[in-house]
Amino acid sequence: MDLVNIFIKAAFLENMVLAYFLGMCSFLAVSKTVKTAFGLGIAVIFVLAITAPLNWFVNTYFLTEGALGFIHPSLASVDLTFLQFIVFIATIASMVQLVEIIVERFFPPLYNALGIFLPLITVNCAILGGSLFLIEREYAFDESVVFGIGSGFGFFLAIVALASIREKLRYSHIPPAMRGLGMAFLVTGLMGLAFMSFAGISL
Amino acid sequence: MSTDSTLANPVVVPVDVAKDSAPKEPFWSPKNKRLLTDPFNDDNPITVQVLGVCSALAVTTQLKTALVMSVSVIVVMACANFLISLLRNTIPSRIRMIVQLLVISGLVVMVDQVLKAFAYDVARQLSVYIGLIITNCIIMGRLEAMAMSSKPAPSLLDGIGNGVGYGVILIVVAFFRELFGAGTLLGFQVVPQVFYDMGYVNNGIMLTSAAAMFIIAIVIWIQRSRNTKLVDIS
Repeated sequence: MDLVNIFIKAAFLENMVLAYFLGMCSFLAVSKTVKTAFGLGIAVIFVLAITAPLNWFVNTYFLTEGALGFIHPSLASVDLTFLQFIVFIATIASMVQLVEIIVERFFPPLYNALGIFLPLITVNCAILGGSLFLIEREYAFDESVVFGIGSGFGFFLAIVALASIREKLRYSHIPPAMRGLGMAFLVTGLMGLAFMSFAGISL
Repeated sequence: MSTDSTLANPVVVPVDVAKDSAPKEPFWSPKNKRLLTDPFNDDNPITVQVLGVCSALAVTTQLKTALVMSVSVIVVMACANFLISLLRNTIPSRIRMIVQLLVISGLVVMVDQVLKAFAYDVARQLSVYIGLIITNCIIMGRLEAMAMSSKPAPSLLDGIGNGVGYGVILIVVAFFRELFGAGTLLGFQVVPQVFYDMGYVNNGIMLTSAAAMFIIAIVIWIQRSRNTKLVDIS
């Protein structure tokens, strides 16, 4: 039951994009059509689901104070927490590189549609944010797996929702200067305000 | 390319190749100037390329944080663009992201240390945001789009130009958020006490990230109605 709660919390109540406004760049730039949004959403789920437990593992067995004790007792007092940022980023970068190679090899149209925003998943704050949140909230291993999948799913839902809204907006009468990106910003702001209504709920 | 003629006349090869591959270009050529000035308007990183939006939301509740963030990003981006452009031919494409991130993190740590040494109070307030520069997609975005494929000098100009273009938007957004959200600018009270006595209330929604989205949307609206070639036709 706990795991289901964490999933729902990560996907809806504390949605990475609409509640914390993380991962905005790719969210806004790749949401032009539902198809590409779908592809990026899947890629983000994949990367988050792998990096969250991986970073949990790295943090628990290498970075926290006393974690290195299993190698030699004299290392038990070493605290490598200050390396957290760089190590997490390096893990994420290698995972994204892997995803890029896979997508380029097997889904060339998607690779071309995502363009520069595929490598930019590396610096997507939602991914790093996910790793930092799960350390901050002191999740266990299974919880961090569920948390990773849950927040990836939240990102996926949000970007597909925005892409659908933007596809519908194409038939509306909007001042030319606001077409496209301008409306995307405005709609995201409104979606964020709507998600504030989740704020009081606790599971 | 005319490989045949070069094969037939090997003595002339170096000269020909040198002429072909490296046309001597003055540093302030019109093309390079455009690299520096385009990001202010036609190719703005936030409102046109959609890079660096997350940090534009996170650091713009106060004008001061926005200013320091802009300056740090300009420095980091100019140096990172220059360094990666120097290294571009030696980086294997399969590990390029990790190399890029290492260069960026190294530079960010340096900026952090410099701030700690010379402006300790500011650094203590901002150290979290300085760390955020590593995950600021504007830097890696420009590395991927520009520095990996062009010479050091244009890349340097591109870095400075994009940093300034980013900073301008950051400062505009922070100006309105701090003014309407807290009634202050750079920490000084701007809205006079008389207004509060008459019932004026700070607009709390300005301090949420959603308000930053609205302000950027309005900036885009103004920019695109003045610069019609940016309008999205599709």
